Amino acid sequence: MNALPWIILFLPLLAAAAITLFTRRDRALSAGLSIGAVVAGFVLSLIFIGSEGWQPAKAESAVSWLAVGGLQVDFAMHLDALSLLMMLMVTGVAGVIHVYSWGYMRDDPGFSRFFACLSLFTFSMLGIVLAGNFIELFIFWELVGVSSYLLIGYWYERPAAAEAGKKAFLTTRLGDFGFLLGILTVWVTLHSLSFHDLEQKMEANGQALGALTTLAGLLIFCGAVGKSAQFPLHVWLPDAMEGPTPVSALIHAATMVAAGVYMLCRVYFLLDEPARLVIGWIGGITSILAALIAVQQNDIKRILAYSTLSQLGMMVMGVGVQGEKEAMFHLTTHAFFKALLFLGAGSVIVALHHEQDIWKMGGLRKKMPVTFWTFLAGTLALSGIPPFSGFYSKDSILARAMARHSYALFALGVVVAALTAFYMFRLVYVVFLGKERAQAPGHAHESPSVMLWPLRLLAVFSIIGGFIGIENIYGGYFPAAMGEERTLTTLAQLLAPFREAPAAASLGLLAAALGFLGARAFYANAANDPLPEKLGALSRAMQNRFYFDEFYQATFIRFHDFLAALAAWFDRWIIGGGVRFTHGFTELSGRALRLVQTGNLQTYAFLFALGVALVLFLALRQ
Amino acid sequence: MSVGLEHYLVVSALLFALGLLGVILRRNLLVIYMSLELMLNAGNLALVAFSRFAGNLDGQVLVFFVITVAAAEVSVGLALIVALYRKRQTAHDEDLTLMKL
Repeated sequence: MNALPWIILFLPLLAAAAITLFTRRDRALSAGLSIGAVVAGFVLSLIFIGSEGWQPAKAESAVSWLAVGGLQVDFAMHLDALSLLMMLMVTGVAGVIHVYSWGYMRDDPGFSRFFACLSLFTFSMLGIVLAGNFIELFIFWELVGVSSYLLIGYWYERPAAAEAGKKAFLTTRLGDFGFLLGILTVWVTLHSLSFHDLEQKMEANGQALGALTTLAGLLIFCGAVGKSAQFPLHVWLPDAMEGPTPVSALIHAATMVAAGVYMLCRVYFLLDEPARLVIGWIGGITSILAALIAVQQNDIKRILAYSTLSQLGMMVMGVGVQGEKEAMFHLTTHAFFKALLFLGAGSVIVALHHEQDIWKMGGLRKKMPVTFWTFLAGTLALSGIPPFSGFYSKDSILARAMARHSYALFALGVVVAALTAFYMFRLVYVVFLGKERAQAPGHAHESPSVMLWPLRLLAVFSIIGGFIGIENIYGGYFPAAMGEERTLTTLAQLLAPFREAPAAASLGLLAAALGFLGARAFYANAANDPLPEKLGALSRAMQNRFYFDEFYQATFIRFHDFLAALAAWFDRWIIGGGVRFTHGFTELSGRALRLVQTGNLQTYAFLFALGVALVLFLALRQ
Repeated sequence: MSVGLEHYLVVSALLFALGLLGVILRRNLLVIYMSLELMLNAGNLALVAFSRFAGNLDGQVLVFFVITVAAAEVSVGLALIVALYRKRQTAHDEDLTLMKL
């Protein structure tokens, strides 16, 4: 039984290796290996949790890996409620998406390569979730980044995709630099990198990090800023939509971007009040910024990408108000409904022959009913309408903010909830309802079953996720959790938010309703977007993503290009000059010496006599 | 004034140098060849002088060998020159630069 987590972790890696080395030609076998590894991982996770429970007796399982001086790093597996539920969620959602990819990527020539990359990603993500110390976490952190790069740039012949992959990798790298500095700070002060040890040390002495506490917390948060695409490193996520839709669903909605939030919750004990303040505000700013941009986007995947950014901001905000349980709850429900929304979008995209502009869609409700109803379920969950799961998770974060008297963040959250409902229902109205706006929707038909069953499954979880006890499982892990243990009937659980935190719940619901009504008013039968005329410059700013990319291009990237040009000049003229000088000198000497070879016998005789005279002179000098 | 060994050796050296100059500076192949013979004979003169002043005949025996070798060399060399002339129709050394690398 103890070996199960190791098997679950390494199965996808074996699948990836097998596909890369052996089964590239055989598409069905490659897909089968990959899907099999993930689904087996899910089943084994269920078995493990079934037998060991959420807090296994043997929480740490380690293999000694690196022992250098005072640094002892193990390849350790840390098993508790947090990591086990994440493991279950990752294998489950990944499994569903693997199955969907079989249908979505059917016509793609690089089919096997796709599944190899997906398996590599699954392995890396499971590594992050199960890691027992900072070094191991960082290694898998970078591995996820590499997998993301490979998958975003999957269609590598397209320059936009290659650029997007590079941008994602470099931007997260920037965050990882801060992360590494944070890890070093922790190491220097606490002399341990294992999460278990660190937790005990911090519990024993809350001031163990001394003056560096806030700094360490903020530096570690840098990693989350990069990986979870928080402001100001949020620019890579929308571009990452260049990858195939299953990739967007798995990596950039459900799992990889959630790794930042997971990491913050894993080391919650290292974050003190000032750090949390910064974290909370950055989360809030990201949330509202992304929600505003999403209102005026016209590409179906971009809207969902900004929605992901916004929800990630909410999760980070949750961590900021010491609501780790709530943030993890929202992370889990978000994984379900955001993956669902992306897969539904993929279904639409494929049906319309890779059209992604929502203003060329319309009236798809009749043509693609399963896609429509599941997408609607996802939208209701995301907008926070009870009894869908999103309501409970989002409300828990808002309630937590209110309970901690962070009224500004609470207000921010409510506004974001309203905007979320607005742009999501805008999407639903324009894409699925109303009249067809172009030729393609007329010929659309429903996707094959292999793509529809994942949608149905995820829709079920989006609906019931709020009251199947996820929050309790997390609550058992975090000590500062709010609210009593919920051993209530399902009906009571459904109504619990209204009883426990009526203000938050009602305001949240009101905001969602306002958003929906607004969307209906503007977009119910719109042939074109009415907002640009009404909002003018603001609408243009939203559509151009508030010019962040342009700003970065004009400042950081130009500076970086200048440095690169400088280095190139130095390499070419100074170092290259040295090499060229040696070459020239050798060649010139060669040319000079060649003149001795005249072919003339008498010249040779002369030189010969000269040589004899020289030798005689040297010999007889004394 | 009495003629000593050194006088003979100086004459021999002068003859040798003249021969060397002829080898280096003259253009006609046959003249180069004659200069080469002059160098050999300069050597012979030195050997005979040594033999006279040492009082034994060792030097003169060596001279016999040198003369023999010179004769053989002349025959071979002249045959080569004739063959070269027939091929190239020239005895001018500047046209014979095939030993260039």
